[in-house]
Amino acid sequence: MNAEIRKWVLVGSIDDIPRRGARCVQNGEMTIAVFRSFDDRIFALEDKCPHRKGALSQGIVHDGCVTCPLHNWVISLDSGKAQGADEGQTATFPVRIRSGLIYLDLTIVPTAS
Amino acid sequence: MVQMGEKKQLVVIGNGMAPGRALERLFELAPDAYDVTIFNAEPRVNYDRIMLSPVLSGEKTYEEIVIHGDGWYVEHGVTLYKGAKVTAINRSAKTVTAEFVASTSGQVPLQPTVTAPYDQLIIATGSTPIIIPVPGHNLAGVLAYRDLDDVNAMLLAAKARGRAVVIGGGLLGLEAAAGLKEQGMDVTVLHLMPTLMERQLDPAAGHLLKRAIEARGIKVITRANTKSIRGTTKVEGVELEDGTLLPADLVVMAVGIRPSSGLAKDAGLEVKRGIVVGADMRTSDPDIFALGECAEAEGQVFGLVAPLYEMAKVVAAQLTGDTSSAFKAAATATKLKVTGINLYSAGDFAEGPDREEIVLRDAARGNYRRLVLQDNRIIGSVMYGDTSDGPWFFDLLKRNVDIGEMRETLIFGQNLAGGIPLDPMAAVAALPDDAEVCGCNGVCKGKITAAIAGLGLKTLDDVRAHTKASASCGTCTGLVEQILKAQLGDAYNPAAVQPMCGCTDLGHDDVRRLIVAKGLKTIPDTMQELEWKTSCGCAKCRPALNYYLLATWPGEYVDDSQSRFINERVHANIQKDGTYSVVPRMWGGMTSPSELRAIADVVEKYNIPAVKCTGGQRIDMLGVKKEDLPGVWADLNAAGLVSGAAYGKALRTVKTCVGSDWCRFGTQDSTGLGIKLEKFMWGSWTPAKVKLAVSGCPRNCAEVTCKDIGVICVDSGYDIHFAGAAGLDIKGTEVLGHVATEDETIEIIGALTQLYREQGRYLERIYKWAKRVGIETVREQVLDDKERRKVLYDRFVHSQSFAQVDPWAERVAGKEAYEFRPLSVITAEAAE
Ligand code: SRM
Ligand SMILES: Cc1cc2nc3c(=O)[nH]c(=O)nc-3n(C[C@H](O)[C@H](O)[C@H](O)COP(=O)(O)OP(=O)(O)OC[C@H]3O[C@@H](n4cnc5c(N)ncnc54)[C@H](O)[C@@H]3O)c2cc1C
Ligand code: SF4
Ligand code: FES
Repeated sequence: MNAEIRKWVLVGSIDDIPRRGARCVQNGEMTIAVFRSFDDRIFALEDKCPHRKGALSQGIVHDGCVTCPLHNWVISLDSGKAQGADEGQTATFPVRIRSGLIYLDLTIVPTAS
Repeated sequence: MVQMGEKKQLVVIGNGMAPGRALERLFELAPDAYDVTIFNAEPRVNYDRIMLSPVLSGEKTYEEIVIHGDGWYVEHGVTLYKGAKVTAINRSAKTVTAEFVASTSGQVPLQPTVTAPYDQLIIATGSTPIIIPVPGHNLAGVLAYRDLDDVNAMLLAAKARGRAVVIGGGLLGLEAAAGLKEQGMDVTVLHLMPTLMERQLDPAAGHLLKRAIEARGIKVITRANTKSIRGTTKVEGVELEDGTLLPADLVVMAVGIRPSSGLAKDAGLEVKRGIVVGADMRTSDPDIFALGECAEAEGQVFGLVAPLYEMAKVVAAQLTGDTSSAFKAAATATKLKVTGINLYSAGDFAEGPDREEIVLRDAARGNYRRLVLQDNRIIGSVMYGDTSDGPWFFDLLKRNVDIGEMRETLIFGQNLAGGIPLDPMAAVAALPDDAEVCGCNGVCKGKITAAIAGLGLKTLDDVRAHTKASASCGTCTGLVEQILKAQLGDAYNPAAVQPMCGCTDLGHDDVRRLIVAKGLKTIPDTMQELEWKTSCGCAKCRPALNYYLLATWPGEYVDDSQSRFINERVHANIQKDGTYSVVPRMWGGMTSPSELRAIADVVEKYNIPAVKCTGGQRIDMLGVKKEDLPGVWADLNAAGLVSGAAYGKALRTVKTCVGSDWCRFGTQDSTGLGIKLEKFMWGSWTPAKVKLAVSGCPRNCAEVTCKDIGVICVDSGYDIHFAGAAGLDIKGTEVLGHVATEDETIEIIGALTQLYREQGRYLERIYKWAKRVGIETVREQVLDDKERRKVLYDRFVHSQSFAQVDPWAERVAGKEAYEFRPLSVITAEAAE
């Protein structure tokens, strides 16, 4: 596949997501969590905590991070990396906003570590 | 065992701050010298009267200002008669006789009077507030400002949010006005003179103060001469000499105090303005001391604690045989304790022919300073606005320093007067050892540094415990902290209070208090006002703030679902695979065929993989997909089932046993009571989860004795238990008390829950909270003090009127529907 061709997929509008909250996008077998921060930035991560696969979309969103609902790991929304002493990373997806609509780049199906 | 009569009898009349301090000293010097008996007309222990204003404004609670809890009296073998007023001293028989004052809880004392013999007697009856005898001064709703009862009465009156008139614009009057305003009243201050605090401030500074008071929304009327208080049975208004009529529901008189010396006079002791004492603090009868505001020493009476504490030291020393110990009056300093207004005054500021003044005004910044000099020495100082140099001026005053050389720059304060600007740490380091740091307790810097070094003290609380510095009004706390810091360097960690989380240095209690005091009503406001260090908090502080705001402003605060843990946000428990479990209420553990049928139908309809009986006498459906939750709830709602809140920091289960309905041992209807309690309390949010149980007899089949709150029914009524645990910790309950009726049981449990809701820190279970505040204080408030109980109960009922909405039904009706639907499902086409 040609990695130069980007596939931007429209998933919804930013008003569909509560501030400091998340909604899920079902992409085949995979669930993607789309987050909206308190200052209206949008992030997309695979909905799977690097610890034990907790659904990150269900966590509390704060300061560019989400706290996993299962065992309180804190994951950076930007990089998908676990913060503090914990180690691990969740896959992230590029996001683009056009007139309030959210597009995700699903070209590459990343393999989460 | 100590034989009665072996030790000398010391009797104390009055249990205020002065004798409290004297006894502390006495027990330090000679713990076993006396059998001590105290009579206190107020029905309570010794508390910090100075801090009544923060209690009135809501920044502190009564529990926080108690100086000696009940345990202290037990520990020192002191007999304390609460609510007992001494009516006579018989000097020839060496006895005192007290009458029990009708107690607010309506409890009838065992005997109407009690007589106690003394070898040594301390009269410490304090002062009586002056009530101007204008017509109407004895109407209901006219209060003085002196003790906790006054504060409680004001708080009660403030609930109706009506109008208050405070007569007297001195320190006390202004503190009362600010407190009542904080409580939501419409407040007017009447002051007889043309400007406020005219004895301390010149007219210009009095004007600055007036402006600051008015900026808080308090009206100030000067030259206001009260003619009468209007009203038929209770206060309706205040009439001034000029004919102005001010409507009022509450009138507070704060116009001055008079030493309470009547008792001493009746006993034939020498009394002038106060009870006359010599430098040894003994009255005209050598076996009788007078101590505190009631005493007159060196021809003066005193109204601030610092000199009273000096008196206390002398009394304690004299009692242990140190006859050389002598009292000497010293200058005193005071601060206005209204958050946000800084006013500091010390010494004497009356004008006189041989006196000079230096005044500095900076109206733009609202600063004012005035020094009164005599013979090149400071004899008085007043500061408004920037009061940081107050202690320095006060120190110069007390040490009688010749200020000739610094005269030119003196008024600018320590930094400039010394020539080189000093940073605050250097300024502290530069303070001499005998500079007074804590005015209330007369503690100088040297004593603090010696205690830090000698005893290895590390925290503010340590310093408070060992030196008393900053233990009274607390205004020198910053200075004490700087001393700690200067001495310990980085080893001093000012976070003696555990901060809520990394986003703030404030502890849970401070945050709660400030939410109330500053009227903060949203999470962003709270973070802004309390200077949160992060932009929107974290997963620790946000749920805590959400709870505190919800509990503080019932019906007003709008819940922030994004600040709730997922379980509380979606009203189901998340499982390890991302599915949810659903637990409906089963009131008191009772169910019916139709409920069971509905559960069975739902399980089949939605292919729920597991059904289980919980440890809490109800049924759990596990493995429900998130998007199925609204459907599952709709079906359960249709059968009358509501959320069991198995996920919440909230009322969980009320377990019951079969009780008198079926059981051959049952004494009362335990099942019925359990259901009543659950119906009454469901929906309430609490600091941590709350679980109840009701057993029908002491065999206790509902396991009451390990619950947060529980009832064991017995023939004569109900034993109420609380503060048990059986999770991470195992702890048997404490018995709160025994009552005769179900109604009383429910009222007490409502009040207990409310007290916990108001004081518990987020995630602190009842047993931990009770341990922190003391089982006894809880019992006093929800069992013994029936008025307090009623007030708490009413607040719980009020909060419940907004809380009892089934969250499942709300979501079935469409609330937060986005929670249960994916944002989008990407088809293969779009992905291609
Ligand atoms: C379902 C249930 C187990 C069962 O299958 O019986 C249960 C399940 C959980 N308990 Fe429990 N507890 C259950 C009764 C108990 C009991 C027994 C009781 O209530 O009589 C206790 C001991 C009593 C007590 O609370 O003191 C109990 C003490 C705990 C604790 C320890 C709490 C503590 O402060 O010591 C936790 C952990 C916590 O809350 O932080 C806990 C936490 C949990 C959590 C919420 C764990 C979690 O954070 O996810 C479990 C949720 C499972 C779920 O999704 O439903 N559970 N848990 C019981 C539900 C009762 C109900 O009807 O609501
Ligand atoms: C609202 C307020 C704010 C204040 N702020 C400050 C401040 O900032 N700084 C400062 O230094 N000072 C302040 N004060 C003053 C300070 O509180 C008093 O100087 C101090 O409490 C007096 O102590 P005491 O022991 O002499 O008397 P009290 O503390 O008044 O105690 C006297 C006790 O004796 C009891 N009693 C009286 N008669 C009898 C009897 N016949 N039998 C039995 N008991 C009896 C009374 O009920 C009372 O409980 C303030 C006072 C108030 C009211
Ligand atoms: S004891 Fe409670 S928390 Fe532990 S596994 Fe069982 S249900 Fe879960
Ligand atoms: S699965 Fe996320 S912290 Fe354990």
